Amino acid sequence: MSIDKQDVQKIAHLARLALTEEDAVQYQHSLSSVLSLVEQMQSVNTDGVEPLSNPLEMTQRLREDVVTEGNHREEFLANAPQTEAGLFLVPKVID
Amino acid sequence: MFEQSISVLAQKLRNKDISSVELTRTFLDRIAKLNPLLNSYITISEELALQQAQAADERLANGQGSSLTGIPVAHKDLFCTQGTLTTCGSKMLHNFIPPYESTVTQRIKDAGAVMLGKTNMDEFAMGSSNENSFYGAVKNPWNLDTVPGGSSGGSAAAVAAGLTVAATGTDTGGSIRQPASFCGITGLKPTYGRVSRFGMIAYASSLDQGGPMAKSAEDCAHLMQTIAGFDDKDSTCSETPKDDYLANLDTPLTGLKIGLPKEYFGDGLDPKVADVIMTAVKEFEKLGATVKEISLPNLQLSIPSYYVIAPSEASSNLSRFDGVRFGHRCEDPKDLLDMYMRTRAEGFGREVQKRIMVGTYALSEGYYDAYYLKAQKIRRLIKNDFVAALSEVDVIMGPVAPTTAFGIGSKADDPVAMYLEDIYTLSVNLAGIPAMSVPAGFADGMPVGLQIMGNYFAEAKLLNVAHQFQQHTDWHLQTPTMAKGA
Repeated sequence: MSIDKQDVQKIAHLARLALTEEDAVQYQHSLSSVLSLVEQMQSVNTDGVEPLSNPLEMTQRLREDVVTEGNHREEFLANAPQTEAGLFLVPKVID
Repeated sequence: MFEQSISVLAQKLRNKDISSVELTRTFLDRIAKLNPLLNSYITISEELALQQAQAADERLANGQGSSLTGIPVAHKDLFCTQGTLTTCGSKMLHNFIPPYESTVTQRIKDAGAVMLGKTNMDEFAMGSSNENSFYGAVKNPWNLDTVPGGSSGGSAAAVAAGLTVAATGTDTGGSIRQPASFCGITGLKPTYGRVSRFGMIAYASSLDQGGPMAKSAEDCAHLMQTIAGFDDKDSTCSETPKDDYLANLDTPLTGLKIGLPKEYFGDGLDPKVADVIMTAVKEFEKLGATVKEISLPNLQLSIPSYYVIAPSEASSNLSRFDGVRFGHRCEDPKDLLDMYMRTRAEGFGREVQKRIMVGTYALSEGYYDAYYLKAQKIRRLIKNDFVAALSEVDVIMGPVAPTTAFGIGSKADDPVAMYLEDIYTLSVNLAGIPAMSVPAGFADGMPVGLQIMGNYFAEAKLLNVAHQFQQHTDWHLQTPTMAKGA
């Protein structure tokens, strides 16, 4: 299983990772190696086998939809790269 | 003093033979002297540690506290610690001061333990050598040219060198057991859901599990006593009542049924490691256990299954690092997309980017069935193998890793060589069962860990089995030369 440089750039875009040309060549090599490694799964017959997503086969426990935490706005904003007027500031989204 | 067990230290603290401040000072001095050689800590929280030690001494003076009160510990830098830098080994979180505390560290704190600092690790717990840390590689105290294992390599090296009494670690595909094996300490990966994941920075949420790393099984039991059990802040945490992990340590092993999976002793296993493991198994026979060969036929498939499931979950979990709410943000983004793309390219190291992309690919349109779903079906086959085997035997034993600690940089060129190192540990996480690494001897001067795997929620049994072994061997009491002089 090998992928080309365009594939790498497409995956990187989906993953929101900016790659240089040089990066893309390196990742083309390393991603192809990993995909070849996982390729051996395809030879296994898994007909009728249910996928296992939680090892204990637990279903998600739900809780009452009530407020359990107080207001931590200041603490949360304190870690943000840029804030203004109590909000997270990001580059302009709409012109 | 640095070589003493939690039980002995707790007694000394209670008898006022030593104060927690003195004990903490001893460890801080050792860290100052030896950590520059090992790089096992990312953050040393000296001031906080001395405050906590003072508070512990007051508690003890009032006749209060538990066996952990006043005991110095270290936390893997993946557990969020309120007010203390938590980097997860990444540039992405180089400035992240958590506004809340993980359940594991909260429980240890409530028990009165002293936090010496936060330990180094592979970035976002992705790695088996600790070479993937933004904060530099950790060295193995038994040989400074070799890796300590990963991803909890800082915790393992710190315990082995006496830079803490005990530490926390996390294990997604072997990240407690393999570094414990490489550094000659004892580590336990509990059953999935036994220990709360709240406040653990997520790598692969259906596999991640926190656990103790210490010199002995008894010390691990002390930590389990504190950290295990239900937590309503983690929706995958089990409601199964926790056991008393100390109560059954002394149960004799007469009649214990041990299974040796033939797949754990095939090609690729260093014969010197195999010798150490078989000698350890003979020791168990002397203690009254019986041994039979078993089979875990789908073992080989754990590598491809894991390297689809873990990266897939990681690609989803790590999407939260976008430069908006916390962590790194690139300079002068020209728009939102540019900010995301450059923030993530700058903030994540190569291995993390690689795994995010593998996961993104596996989950992308048209590939989901062939990769993610297929990997989950194989995951069930692997679980079924363990369920069948554990209906015949009480515990399964084998090596933790095919070799002892390898040289720093020796596996840097081949992108999958490191993945193959995880062959004996990954399947345990896929199945969700508990497993330990217990010091079992040395090969060419480097420690070898025996892996002991058990049934769901059988942590007390595993600790009992490991403790009995440690009552009759002294491999866990060995100290690396570099740690002795200080």
